Amino acid sequence: MSSLPLIAWLVAGICFIFSLGGLSRHETSRRGNWLGIIGMTLAVLAAFVFRGAQTQVVGEETAQILGAVGYSLLLIALVGGGVVGAMLAKRVEMTAMPQLVAILHSFVGLAAVLVGLSNYLQLDLTHGGVELVIHLIEIGLGVLIGGLTFTGSIVAWGKLEGRFDSKPLLLPARHFILAGLVALSLLLVFGLTSITATWLGVLLLILLTALSFAIGALLVLAIGGADMPVVVSMLNSYSGWAAAATGFMLKNDLLILTGALVGSSGAILSYIMCHAMNRSFVSVILGGFGGESSAPAAGGGGEPKTYHTTNTGETVDWLLNSGSVVIVPGYGMAVAQAQHPIREICELLKKQGIETRFAIHPVAGRLPGHMNVLLAEANVPYDIVLEMEEINHDLPATGTVLIIGANDIVNPGAQDDPSSPIYGMPVLEVWKAEHVVVLKRSMATGYSGVDNPLFYKDNTAMLFGDAKASVDGLLQELRARVS
Amino acid sequence: MIIGIPRETGNGECRVAATPESVKKLIKLGYQVRVETGCGDRACFRDEQFTAAGATLSSDRHQVWGESDLVLKVLPPNEQEAGWLKSEAALASFIWPAVNKSLVDQLAARNVTVLAMDCVPRVSRAQKLDALSSMANIAGYRAVVEAANAFGSFFTGQITAAGKVPPAKVLVIGAGVAGLSAIGTARGLGAIVRAFDTRPAVKEQVQSMGAEFLELDFKEDGEGTGGYAKVMSPEFIKAEMELFAKQAREVDIIVTTALIPGKPAPKLITAEMVRSMRPGSVIVDMAAEQGGNCELTKPGEKTCAEGVTIIGYTDLPSRLPTQSSTLYANNLVNLLTDMTPAKDGQLLVNMDDQVIRGTVVAHQGAVTWPPPQIVNPSPVGSSASAAKAEIKHEKATYPKWLQQAWAGAGIAVLLGLLGLIGVYAPPDFVGHFTVFVLSCFIGWQVVWNVTPALHTPLMSVTNAISGIIVVGGIMQVGSFGTWGGAFGSILGALAVLIATINIVGGFLVTQRMLGMFRKQG
Repeated sequence: MSSLPLIAWLVAGICFIFSLGGLSRHETSRRGNWLGIIGMTLAVLAAFVFRGAQTQVVGEETAQILGAVGYSLLLIALVGGGVVGAMLAKRVEMTAMPQLVAILHSFVGLAAVLVGLSNYLQLDLTHGGVELVIHLIEIGLGVLIGGLTFTGSIVAWGKLEGRFDSKPLLLPARHFILAGLVALSLLLVFGLTSITATWLGVLLLILLTALSFAIGALLVLAIGGADMPVVVSMLNSYSGWAAAATGFMLKNDLLILTGALVGSSGAILSYIMCHAMNRSFVSVILGGFGGESSAPAAGGGGEPKTYHTTNTGETVDWLLNSGSVVIVPGYGMAVAQAQHPIREICELLKKQGIETRFAIHPVAGRLPGHMNVLLAEANVPYDIVLEMEEINHDLPATGTVLIIGANDIVNPGAQDDPSSPIYGMPVLEVWKAEHVVVLKRSMATGYSGVDNPLFYKDNTAMLFGDAKASVDGLLQELRARVS
Repeated sequence: MIIGIPRETGNGECRVAATPESVKKLIKLGYQVRVETGCGDRACFRDEQFTAAGATLSSDRHQVWGESDLVLKVLPPNEQEAGWLKSEAALASFIWPAVNKSLVDQLAARNVTVLAMDCVPRVSRAQKLDALSSMANIAGYRAVVEAANAFGSFFTGQITAAGKVPPAKVLVIGAGVAGLSAIGTARGLGAIVRAFDTRPAVKEQVQSMGAEFLELDFKEDGEGTGGYAKVMSPEFIKAEMELFAKQAREVDIIVTTALIPGKPAPKLITAEMVRSMRPGSVIVDMAAEQGGNCELTKPGEKTCAEGVTIIGYTDLPSRLPTQSSTLYANNLVNLLTDMTPAKDGQLLVNMDDQVIRGTVVAHQGAVTWPPPQIVNPSPVGSSASAAKAEIKHEKATYPKWLQQAWAGAGIAVLLGLLGLIGVYAPPDFVGHFTVFVLSCFIGWQVVWNVTPALHTPLMSVTNAISGIIVVGGIMQVGSFGTWGGAFGSILGALAVLIATINIVGGFLVTQRMLGMFRKQG
């Protein structure tokens, strides 16, 4: 009986592995999610059984009994959390997915901190030895990682939600402060191992928690809004490591396995994002990038460059006269909630026999895969939504490219201007198409502050205005022409 | 201004320089359009369609030629037609000024502005005017259709109840616009396609069309100015001929499109090679007009030699008259759109515009051909790869040995750490550590190939799964006997609460997202 929960956890772990594997392809993704749900249910049930079994084994020790109070407390917590979670999931707008993901990461971090504290409070500090030292280090590291995941995610959430300024906050000597804080917290972790009085240890842990909160906040505050996809996937990774550290602390292999799975999955996602932005992996994992390239490349000298403007009518002309149309969405589309009228434009064009497709840059939006989710919400079939590598080849043969709220990901400077801060970043080569129409509010530069030579090209025309209004205008004009 | 569309008179020419659709667009640009009765007959455009589009009909050839300010045509005008043009009028058609020098002189002498559709510069901005590419595309398609017509078997392989049919093997020589179009068409019919070109830059394009790119063990770039091919060295030609001789024995269909600007077509397929081909094979020589790539080609004719059909038609685009007229008319409309910026029906000849400058071969009484060299012709397809090469170069700033040294140092440090753990940690910890490290690798293997479109659902699922920390919370709840135990239990329950939000929220929102992804149709 006592080994049964362990076997159940093993099965749960296998479920999680297949769940992540399933999530890597459209065809198997739903099954993957169900496997995750099954695994989690199994794990929670097994935990209850495990606690009950422990009561029997060490029956005379009251401290270990999971009594009626404990059961009801747990049930309340599970039901309460379930209701809140379900509401969050129901209510959230697809455009607000980045915020939701970020705030959920913070919960894992906070839970890790709480479990660490709780575990310490119930620890017997009198029986020492190497095992206790290792255990205390595990508690310290768990709290440290959990704490920085918590505040880091809160700050990321605030930036995405617009509560905090999304510009990078660059304190002087930021790197030194961070290094100092990290060194100090590691010292505290080791200090923890030599303390025998619980109250002193708790004080130390609280101090450690505060330090880790500061580290997390500082890390993410220094990162600009456009780099959010990397930050969010990085925090995803951290939340996994926090769970793994908790697993070490509790000697629970399921937690270790799951935490490591999530941690490495998040790390891979961050790596993919970094690759798409031509940044180094190490500098991102450590956080705090964005400082070295803050000088805008827009040369102040030289004559003011000219750009072409266009109107709805002309844009629709171009669209209808194109053999194929490619739509490049960016964060602007998410902000303006323009995905639904865009889908209708896409359908009208397809009815006219015009091949219409979407081109997604890996870091478009504020979350990896953000654009895909928005387009899926608007009922755009995923087989006409293409990745950068798939579509770049076709762009020279494209009649019209419609760019909606994207900037850096279509910047030709990344290929031909070595002085550009984003030089070397892979971009969508939209300028090779016959016509390029950029829907944009004004000529102001985007998040990165980098000037975009695309706007001054001969085949580029600017359609100024609020993205939603412009897209609606295009849709109406198109409807009038087609019918 | 009045635009005149005369009927084509060249032998067997079926195309026409305007379609009802293009007439509408010309009228939108402010022009009046007059078409000659029956001009679209052979391209399947009826006179009523033209009048419905807003054109006026005229059965008088003199009127169409002599009373129009701008005449749009496909083939170069003959001497008589050129004589009908009124002085100071404009003419847009294929001209071939290198061959038809006297025609250009004649037109220039009468102050006619001549727009040669075959002289449009090959820059990316002018692609929409590039009539040569439009026609080459059609010719490539038609070449394969002609080949299929003359070929006695299927193109596609089939397994039928009556036996197995192998797919036809097609060799396309020269992967320009026509060659690529031929590749696409042959692939579409199900054949196995191989292609050869002297310019390595087109390899990617060939492969993107689904054909195999044949290569020589010989390094020489055949790319001349403006993306066209150039004459190769004798050694190269020898290696090339050996390749063709070998291929001729294997393939069923050969489509040749090899042309070098201003030179007779290179002879690539010898009589010897034709003899080595299987009986029933087909050669379509798209270079027939310039003398042909095959020694046995008779320009303009379909002949049979040694059991091999050799097609040397020089009018392939005209054999698809509706399509070629439509594309050609669109090219003309695009040219006139550029030359009528005010949309007022007035032709503006801006000789400072590089594209217009190249296209105009006679203006205000002077022959303006050949145009001054364009400094920066767009090299076809190579700019992107050049940029890529640069990026790679940029990244490789560290010398290789340094990278290796770093990697070595990293491995040494890792091994050292593992050793420390091995010496000091209790076996219990090492067991958990093993699980941890192996799980990292599993995660890496499992997630590495994730579709970018599923990044967000993947994150929300991993998010929900990392709520597994709930198990940790459950473990902490239980003892209320001591202050520490009570506080610990409450903190543990809080952790359970928070982690459950995560689990339920994460799974449900993933479910919602995945429900939205759907396939076309």
